Amino acid sequence: MATLPAVQDAPAAVADTPAARPRSGLRRYWHLYAAISPFYLLFLAFGLIPVGFSLYLSFHRWDGLGPMEWAGAAQYRYLLADSDFWQSIGNTIVIWALATFPMIFLAMVTAVMLNSAVRFKNVYRFAYFLPNVTSIVAVAIVFGSVFSTNFGLMNALLQAVGLDQVAWLNTPWGIKVAVATLMTWQWTGYNAIIFLAGLQTVPSELYEAARIDGAGPVQTFFRVTLPLMRPVLLFVLIVSTVTGLQSFAEPQVLLQTTANESTFSGGPDHAGRTMVLYFFQQTFDNNDFGYGAAVAWGIFLVVVLFSIINWRLVRRRGEA
Amino acid sequence: MASTLRGPRRRGIALHAVLVAGLLLSAFPFYWAVIMSTHTSTEIFSYPPKLLPGSHFAENVRHLFDNIDFFGSMLNSLLVAVSVTVLVLFLDSLAAFVFAKFDFPGRKVLFALLMAIFMVPAQLAAIPQFVIMAKIGWIGSMTALIVPAAANAFGIFWMRQYMKGAIHDELLDAAKLDGAGFLRQYWHVALPVVRPGLAFLGIFTFMAQWNDYAWPLIALTDPDNVTLQVALSQLNGNHGTTDYGMVMTGALLALVPLLIVFAVGARQIIGDLAKGAVRG
Repeated sequence: MATLPAVQDAPAAVADTPAARPRSGLRRYWHLYAAISPFYLLFLAFGLIPVGFSLYLSFHRWDGLGPMEWAGAAQYRYLLADSDFWQSIGNTIVIWALATFPMIFLAMVTAVMLNSAVRFKNVYRFAYFLPNVTSIVAVAIVFGSVFSTNFGLMNALLQAVGLDQVAWLNTPWGIKVAVATLMTWQWTGYNAIIFLAGLQTVPSELYEAARIDGAGPVQTFFRVTLPLMRPVLLFVLIVSTVTGLQSFAEPQVLLQTTANESTFSGGPDHAGRTMVLYFFQQTFDNNDFGYGAAVAWGIFLVVVLFSIINWRLVRRRGEA
Repeated sequence: MASTLRGPRRRGIALHAVLVAGLLLSAFPFYWAVIMSTHTSTEIFSYPPKLLPGSHFAENVRHLFDNIDFFGSMLNSLLVAVSVTVLVLFLDSLAAFVFAKFDFPGRKVLFALLMAIFMVPAQLAAIPQFVIMAKIGWIGSMTALIVPAAANAFGIFWMRQYMKGAIHDELLDAAKLDGAGFLRQYWHVALPVVRPGLAFLGIFTFMAQWNDYAWPLIALTDPDNVTLQVALSQLNGNHGTTDYGMVMTGALLALVPLLIVFAVGARQIIGDLAKGAVRG
């Protein structure tokens, strides 16, 4: 009894008696370390060691077969000057932004609407989550035909309302819009369900109080709902950033049929070549494993930087 | 009186109109996938687009079964997805419980490390991982897919956020007063409370494993012993000559087990998850 450490975020309120204090950390907390150790052991074997090896690799020239050749910082110097890499960063960020902001907005609106809808709630939730259940291969085939220039549904719609056709998968912006649309479609419902889970934790007394104070729905949302939703918003934003900036399968499967040089080229003018596609192209098309590793480390830095910016932006306002 | 009632009623109808529009948007590609699976490739790429079912579904299924070992690869996918899901649910909830509810030296550093892992592109480790697995002889077997996937940083992040809100400190304190040790607090207090969060993670993990295709493509070297997505991607391999009707039929049939898992777990997700709390 009472030998357990204090509950979260309250180190000052340790439940132990002062006599128990001097015991060493390892003996006192061994069960906690034991509980998290399987993850860290697996991570060590299949994460940290491979990742460490790829760091080593990034300082070498290697074609995957012959001997490795020390290259020093040459790969990174080349990376910094590589306009193709910078283009892939730009592509990735544009696609991410085109997908993420509409997605978070739509998901939030959907969640608020679902929260106030009384009937058919479960039917809606089921249908909205469905896009996320599908395999990317199937989704990409469907969207490839939706955005097809000559036979596509999108152009059939444009024509029906008297607009000109767009060569979606053949223009730099068309490609980005098509990939972003696919991602928005696949993730909006998923995030709406998560937002909904957060919405239901807002105590109804708070809404009651806001109503009595004469707040309208919009005011209530910004003053009551949003501040309480910040942790959930943070979760959604971080996950969207990490997965969105590492997008690979969406552009790869969607654009491989229009690519004439490589399945990783990202369509005409490489307009859909994301950072991870570029990694695949360098590593597997060019058999340049050392440079591929350097590209992957570049991707990692971009993702971390973006995640920190997002984390700060969400946490600063109100400091939840 | 009547006029005060009309306002909310009208708003309710507008609300459902918007929700139904969203529902149609999210369901439409499924409808179209079904339509495509009943047509030949030539019909699929004709203009105007086909919006009604055709008559070639049986033919597409026959071509599919002729080209790949559909049920064999489906069994492999099931084995991998079920094993990974069970492992992830256990390991991640245990670790998340520690991170959400206890303080110990190194907690912040270990958690920051975990978030860093989450941000490492999976591809970064792929080549060395392949080399390591080749050395221990796992390449070509399902073990190569199951064991590394059991370390899932996303799952710990999700369960931690969920547990922070859902497990109240008073509940744990009460259990401690009753003399419950760490494992009993985890098993008897924490797990029952976070069941909806677990259901969500479980379904999500199952889905991700079922749909994964980049790593299985690399790690499964015997073309006759692959997972379903890899088998399907073999069909999609030769551009130009691809039989889209057949590929679409395969993709649709591959969805069936997912829909079953989702339907069974959906009650937990869409019903109880909403009752639980997600706080940071």
